[in-house]
Amino acid sequence: MSAITRDEVSHLARLSRLALGDDELDHLAAQLDQIISAVARVQEVAAEDIPPTSHALPLTNVYRTDEARECLTPEQALAAAPATEGQRFRVPRILDEEA
Amino acid sequence: MKYDEALARFEPVLGIETHIELGTASKMFCGCPTGFGAEPNTQVCPVCLGLPGSLPVTNRSAIEGIIKIGLALNCDIVEWCRFARKNYFYPDMPKNYQISQYDEPLCVDGHLDIEVEGETYRIEIERVHMEEDTGKSLHVGGTTGRIQGAEYSLVDYNRAGIPLVEIVTKPIPATGDRAPLVARAYATELRELVRSLGVSDVRMEQGSMRCDVNVSLMPRGAQEWGTRTETKNVNSLRSVERAVRSEIERQAGVLDGGGRVVQETRHFHEEDGRTTSGRSKEEAQDYRYFPEPDLVPMAPSREWVEELRGTLPELPAARRGRIQGEWGLSDLELRDVVNAGAVDLIEATIIQGTDAGAARKWWMNELSRRATEQGVELADLPITPEQVARVQAMLTAGELNDKLARKVFEGVLAGEGTPDEVVAKRGLKIVSDEGELSSVIDEVIAGNPDVADKIRAGKVAAAGALVGAVMKATRGQADAGRARELILEKLGAS
Repeated sequence: MSAITRDEVSHLARLSRLALGDDELDHLAAQLDQIISAVARVQEVAAEDIPPTSHALPLTNVYRTDEARECLTPEQALAAAPATEGQRFRVPRILDEEA
Repeated sequence: MKYDEALARFEPVLGIETHIELGTASKMFCGCPTGFGAEPNTQVCPVCLGLPGSLPVTNRSAIEGIIKIGLALNCDIVEWCRFARKNYFYPDMPKNYQISQYDEPLCVDGHLDIEVEGETYRIEIERVHMEEDTGKSLHVGGTTGRIQGAEYSLVDYNRAGIPLVEIVTKPIPATGDRAPLVARAYATELRELVRSLGVSDVRMEQGSMRCDVNVSLMPRGAQEWGTRTETKNVNSLRSVERAVRSEIERQAGVLDGGGRVVQETRHFHEEDGRTTSGRSKEEAQDYRYFPEPDLVPMAPSREWVEELRGTLPELPAARRGRIQGEWGLSDLELRDVVNAGAVDLIEATIIQGTDAGAARKWWMNELSRRATEQGVELADLPITPEQVARVQAMLTAGELNDKLARKVFEGVLAGEGTPDEVVAKRGLKIVSDEGELSSVIDEVIAGNPDVADKIRAGKVAAAGALVGAVMKATRGQADAGRARELILEKLGAS
């Protein structure tokens, strides 16, 4: 059984705003299937006594003191922006979507 | 459908999500300042701009703030939890994700009791979690400010990364026709609660508190809840009430016409109180949440949590109970004082030595009336509790009468200075100089011989006319009681 279906790849492509053609979907679905299967082998060594983890560091509660520091200047902040206007980042129109 | 008819046939179920920006000095994961209204993109750094190689570090004060909110809402503070990455494509977050919490919120299972028309409702709190606020987009072209039809957008990331607490209620059933009032009362009480903790300024008009209101309807007597909608952009207490009411009417109309309610996000419009369709929830984003790899888990020790619990101030409900007893208020009077936003002001006035009745009288009558006339909140009137206490002290000492006190308030509010300065400038002190009062009375008696004769003949009631004349002659600055005594004395009628 495949680790990921062609439909799922299509769904992910849409979420990632990638316009993939049918050929590309076929190609990538097969590739991703192989990648996921390979990575899934990690699960074979996960025994009952190994808890799932999301971090490599055995740390908790790393906090900083609430102090304001110096920021970038607007010029620095906007320096790498493809387009700016009125000291703001100018971005292409956002179609029918709101976060 | 009309509201009453809708409620006769359907039972609403509510749910409210509230976002509150914490008033920390720096952002959630970086040291940028958080001031409101700064020039665009002047409070940004590599971390909140999502520049490569930057890493977030959690703000301890923000975590203390959310734990305080959780405790004040009677929540359990979990022993271990993580941040999660919420992935989405929208330029208000330059990282292409928002750091939030998903299935491991920091605070769970709380409640907040509210009162509507004398009845108590317990609003169950599902969760309180920590996240970061997003940037602000300005849509250009098309209908001004609207995203639909815009040609492009301009983004300011000053707000991106400000600590944001999300408070989610469990579904609130069985509120019937009070649903809009319950929603409003909850938002009001939550605002008061958070304000009392001092962790946010909770200013809805500035967006530091924002409500999303979920509403669904089911036919009366049904067991299964209907499909809900989520109305966003609800940014005043009044709007919370209006949004619920408007959604109840709209959904009832849809259901009555044989249609079905679509699960979707709707937008609230302040102008007419209506909601319009946003994006459909059925096509909602798949946010692909996963544990945030750049931050380590939080494991608040029980000692820390108890230490924070020890710092909680007297909470609004307890405080209301206390002042109701101390000030001797009826339920109705208490409600009026609370609704007028006068609790702090009256209490501060009492601390300055004014008795409760007088403090309440000035703030609730004279000053509330003037605030209403000027269209401002009571607390925003340019007069302090100390000044109100000073006026009352002069009144008690007999230096002012009621009428003069009102003139002093008028002067203070007009920016003429402190109460003492206004009294001096306007010459408002009661004429307490017996000699001066006596000579004014002599003049009045001389000018009204007919009345004086009546009084001499025993018609004591006629003295009122002469007292009035004395008050007029002194521009209201005489002690009317004393004037009456002197008049009767001089005419041998006492």
